[in-house]
Amino acid sequence: MSLDRRSIIKGAVGAATLPALGGLPYRSARAQAANTIRIGVLNDQSGLYRDISGPGSTHAVQMAVRESGITQRGINVEVVQADHQNRPDVGSTVARQWYDQNGIDVIVDVPTSSVALAVSTITREKNKLFINSGAATSDLTGSACSPNTIHWTYDTYMLAKGTGGAMVAAGGRTWFFITADYAFGHALERDTTAFVNAAGGRVLGGVRTPFPGTTDFSSFLQQAQRSRANVIGLANAGGDTINSIKQAAEFRITRGGTKLAGLLVFVTDVHSLGLEVAQGLVVTESFYWDLNDRTRAFTQRLGATPGNLRPSMVQAGCYSGVLHYLKAVADMGVAAAKASGAEAANRMKAMPTSDDAFGEGTVRPDGRKVHPAYLFEVKTPAESRGAWDYYKLVSTIPANEAFRPITEGGCSLVRS
Amino acid sequence: MEDLLFEIQLAMPQVVLGVINGAFYALLSLGLAVIFGMLNVINFAHGAQFTLGAFVAWMLLSWLGVGYWPALILAPLIVGAIGVAMERTMIARLYRIDHLYGLLLTFGCALVIEGLLRNSFGSSGQRYAPPREFAALDLELGDFFLPGYRVWVLIAASTVCLATWLIIEKTKVGSYLRAATERPQLVQAFGINVPLMMTLTYGAGVALAAFAGVLAAPIYSVSPAMGANFIITVFAVVVIGGMGSIAGSIVTGFMLGLIQGITEVFWPEASQTVVFVIMAVVLLTRPAGLFGRA
Repeated sequence: MSLDRRSIIKGAVGAATLPALGGLPYRSARAQAANTIRIGVLNDQSGLYRDISGPGSTHAVQMAVRESGITQRGINVEVVQADHQNRPDVGSTVARQWYDQNGIDVIVDVPTSSVALAVSTITREKNKLFINSGAATSDLTGSACSPNTIHWTYDTYMLAKGTGGAMVAAGGRTWFFITADYAFGHALERDTTAFVNAAGGRVLGGVRTPFPGTTDFSSFLQQAQRSRANVIGLANAGGDTINSIKQAAEFRITRGGTKLAGLLVFVTDVHSLGLEVAQGLVVTESFYWDLNDRTRAFTQRLGATPGNLRPSMVQAGCYSGVLHYLKAVADMGVAAAKASGAEAANRMKAMPTSDDAFGEGTVRPDGRKVHPAYLFEVKTPAESRGAWDYYKLVSTIPANEAFRPITEGGCSLVRS
Repeated sequence: MEDLLFEIQLAMPQVVLGVINGAFYALLSLGLAVIFGMLNVINFAHGAQFTLGAFVAWMLLSWLGVGYWPALILAPLIVGAIGVAMERTMIARLYRIDHLYGLLLTFGCALVIEGLLRNSFGSSGQRYAPPREFAALDLELGDFFLPGYRVWVLIAASTVCLATWLIIEKTKVGSYLRAATERPQLVQAFGINVPLMMTLTYGAGVALAAFAGVLAAPIYSVSPAMGANFIITVFAVVVIGGMGSIAGSIVTGFMLGLIQGITEVFWPEASQTVVFVIMAVVLLTRPAGLFGRA
């Protein structure tokens, strides 16, 4: 047998790159009907952000199409979806193919900041429209803002202000960060640090953890504990956050009074962790299914998302964004909406938004959708009255305070 | 001098944590080494089989109410049986052709297993609470708290590794195995059922992965990606230790866990990369691996 080490390494490298080749979306190129709006949902269908976006986002977009009543006006809408695997190269390839060959007019969702920034650039180049719900980086409406991009659901500024601000206000003066070592983690740490410093707090240190691939956070948590900081800020997401919180409980990191601040925690993460472990966490979200009568009605109409989960704020944002877009299309006409993504964005900015998921809101000239943000505390097992009863509302951050002031983002679309 | 002592004091818990993580590397790379040594198959499904072990333990608990201790035996048996079925129906057909087909096949199996789990259970992961009885093993050393469950992981993994090594190196069955690895035809001529041995070896290797999966279930989130996170590092461990070397894979597994643990203190950003740097250095200086025979 002549199996050598070299071929094993070759095989390993080949295996690691293989997924990039599969999974590209395809549609038979049909003659473009002039009165058909084509929506492409581009997100993570197979990795760690699948539950917060994934097929559930497509499900929500389809509901928005139904509820918009646009088909009754004789306008057709097609929805397609694809997996970007959290990779900018894959996301860019899909976006270009969709715009160039498949006649897609608008791309929706796109979690993972690095992919979102790439898709935003391509969308501007092609003068199409990009409604981002899943990505966090506040640069999308700051230094990297675009007339063709609207950032719908949340951003790192909102998270930092909500969770970061609340922890400092509650006496968390000294911080230690456990940060996922990539663009998103850095942005979240940067925005939170600004709030901590502004409130008179201090950052004592931090570790940057390799992403992806870190599964054991116990060593980083020990380092954080040893810094004697009041607050351990988790500037990470998805599986990283789940493992950090789970292992913090295992190692009793919080027994000396140290608090954990999960800067980006979704309701599906809490579901995965269980209340036993997650109780007491402070989280910031712009949508929670059980917030009020309108969100409950929305959730009931949506039904179970794939995987039998309740909708995340990202999925709700996809619904809300597409609903508003289709209102703009009905208002300006299909031909005009298809001809220029920037014009469609302008029309969306000119109209107030209203839907059951986020209530009333507006879209700012820099592309930032504004609505209130909510600070929640995760319930204890005793407080929870049933399945998915996870949050109690601590405070509401009004729409005009939840996001970075428009003049401070450095967006070129804003005239001072 | 005091500074140095202080540094060492700081590093001690990290050394302990590193060795415990190394226990997972050792268990997984041991299974890979056993399979590779005997079948010459690079089992890329190993990570998925580890995941499957954790999921089977979770299913046993949440669907049937079967607890941790029975699961520690049952899950490896169930997943091992799945491995036997895979070997009989698919992998056995590939022994005569280029080994890269085996790699591709097992990689495909891994994607299918992970995809099915993701479709059924989502990507966020399930929870599996550590059994309460381990609280008795909790260690408290000043600031440093070591959960009893992690102590158990170290004990269980070391015992299984040692037992596997003893079976292969010191028993008659092990000697048949080693002989069949080198001269399958000759061993067959002595009346030993080599194909059956290969099937059972694959099953045993897979069961080792599943055992590691059950051990990991209470520590990590039981998610479809949990094995994929480990497997690339584990392949590096196997390459560093020397392909197919049983003792090599065990020692290297613990050693790399230790090195990673120390790197996590002094240069956290590099704690994943360090494994591959070591792999490159070993390949350049000792191409057969630390414990391999050229």
